[in-house]
Amino acid sequence: MELDSLYQEVIFEHYRRPLNKALKPNPTIQVRHTNTSCGDEITLNLHTDGKKIIEVSWDGIGCSISQAGTSVVSDLVIGRQIDEVLQIIEAFQAMILSKGSDSGDEKLIGDGVAFAGVSKFPARVKCALLGWMATKDAILQARCSDGEGK
Amino acid sequence: MRNTPRRKRYLVSRLNLSAIKAEFPILRREIRGKNRLIYLDSGATSQKPNSVMAAERDFYENHNAAVHRGAYQLAEEATELYEGARAKVAGFINADIDEVIFTKSATESINTIAYSLGSAKAGTRFHIRAGDRIVVSEMEHHANLIPWQELASRTGAELVWFKVSEEGRLDTSNIDELINERTKVVALTHQSNVLGTIVPLDQITAKAHSVGALFVLDACQSVPHYKVDAKALMVDFIAFSGHKMLGPTGVGILWGKKDLLDEMPPFLTGGSMIETVTMEGATYLDAPKRFEAGVPNMAQAIGLGAAVEYLNALGLDDIHAHEVELTKRALEGLQSITGLSIIGPKDLEMRGGVVSFAVQGIHPHDLGQALDQYGIAVRTGHHCAWPLMRRFKTIATTRASFYLYNDFDDIEALIDGVERARKYFQSR
Repeated sequence: MELDSLYQEVIFEHYRRPLNKALKPNPTIQVRHTNTSCGDEITLNLHTDGKKIIEVSWDGIGCSISQAGTSVVSDLVIGRQIDEVLQIIEAFQAMILSKGSDSGDEKLIGDGVAFAGVSKFPARVKCALLGWMATKDAILQARCSDGEGK
Repeated sequence: MRNTPRRKRYLVSRLNLSAIKAEFPILRREIRGKNRLIYLDSGATSQKPNSVMAAERDFYENHNAAVHRGAYQLAEEATELYEGARAKVAGFINADIDEVIFTKSATESINTIAYSLGSAKAGTRFHIRAGDRIVVSEMEHHANLIPWQELASRTGAELVWFKVSEEGRLDTSNIDELINERTKVVALTHQSNVLGTIVPLDQITAKAHSVGALFVLDACQSVPHYKVDAKALMVDFIAFSGHKMLGPTGVGILWGKKDLLDEMPPFLTGGSMIETVTMEGATYLDAPKRFEAGVPNMAQAIGLGAAVEYLNALGLDDIHAHEVELTKRALEGLQSITGLSIIGPKDLEMRGGVVSFAVQGIHPHDLGQALDQYGIAVRTGHHCAWPLMRRFKTIATTRASFYLYNDFDDIEALIDGVERARKYFQSR
């Protein structure tokens, strides 16, 4: 059934047992993102040394897609180089906006491929992107404030 | 996919549902495969009958010309149709014709009042200044909240609000504190778009008038569904939208008392609303033209006139009685579902056909997604009433809202659909 193509098992696993869902103190940057159409919101703490993502932790409320998405991205990017992470986010974004034509590269976006079905439901694209865009925003802001510091 | 109800119940309606459904072509659409469309989002916008679409088309095909100008036949016809629509709307709410202003939306109607009051000069009766008070409620749609927040911030006035009880009723226990000698405006919804609560107005309008405050009524959720009598209500202004009452988008109504409208500063200025113009300044026409700058949304207003005729032919009393029956069955059936709670009144007293609910463990967006797979269109989210969501310690609800073209099968499909969705998510 079509609903199953949207709600992959992996999404429910992350939704029921979200990863990194507890804010860690003293982040490099904290961002708060909201899905204005439904009220979902997440707060995301990023710890970075300027090159590498050291920690991503978050808290928030939302639908299965937005919560699972944030869990997936947080798990995926911790410990990776920032440039690589930006590439991963870009690849995920391309898949989500592909209207079903891009099934995603598992090597690059890991559990993110479970969200390929979401791209056929335009109303849910923002849900899927919520945590990913918060992560990207936090990285770019950290980079900016880093640049200003120099 | 199955969406015929399991429990078939034959309840009596005073409306001829099969004849009504035949007039709404969109209801023959199939959704997500072969599902019949079960449209339960009329609180957001209503579907349109053939007569409304035909009226718009007829205007463009046969009468299109700018109203109130031009000495040719088409311009005369267009003006007559447009003013005819105004007369129909006026009759519908028991108002004088010159008190009915066409806007582009209810949101624009409310902003018209808020901006007009905000630009009233010091020393005039409409002037609002620091220390004055504007009263709203916690159950307002953003359209009847933000314009007042903005007016308060522009003028330095204080914004205060009625709270909402756990049962979803307006808490008027502190009315004497809220509405006092400093109160200049009381702006309230007639019926909550989230809770379905109909607000009893008599006590509040009486209090507002006793202190000389203006009363603005957001009637978006009431005018389409039951009789709203502008003269009997003792309010000063009423705002509602055309598209929620079978009319086209792009047309809203602002009703106001003539003596007030004629004295108030205009909001949008330009052509069509002036009396005389020199290079230095201008004087303005009286209402309604005072508030209708520019070439109006003619086809839409005329379409709204056709919608009013359609509603009159069915009869608002029968429409309301039908919706009460639908709501009764929906409240009863939904509450039999495990983990489901109603947000809003659970009885039918002073209540319209809007039912908001939450299902434990299922986010409204996920629930709405599953219902969509069964052909059921409901609204999920904060319903443009974010403060009310906070009041009920939630971020979103699922809302089903009913109208004259919904039948009991639609309600059974909703009840079945929610139960099915609950089982689906529970099994995952």
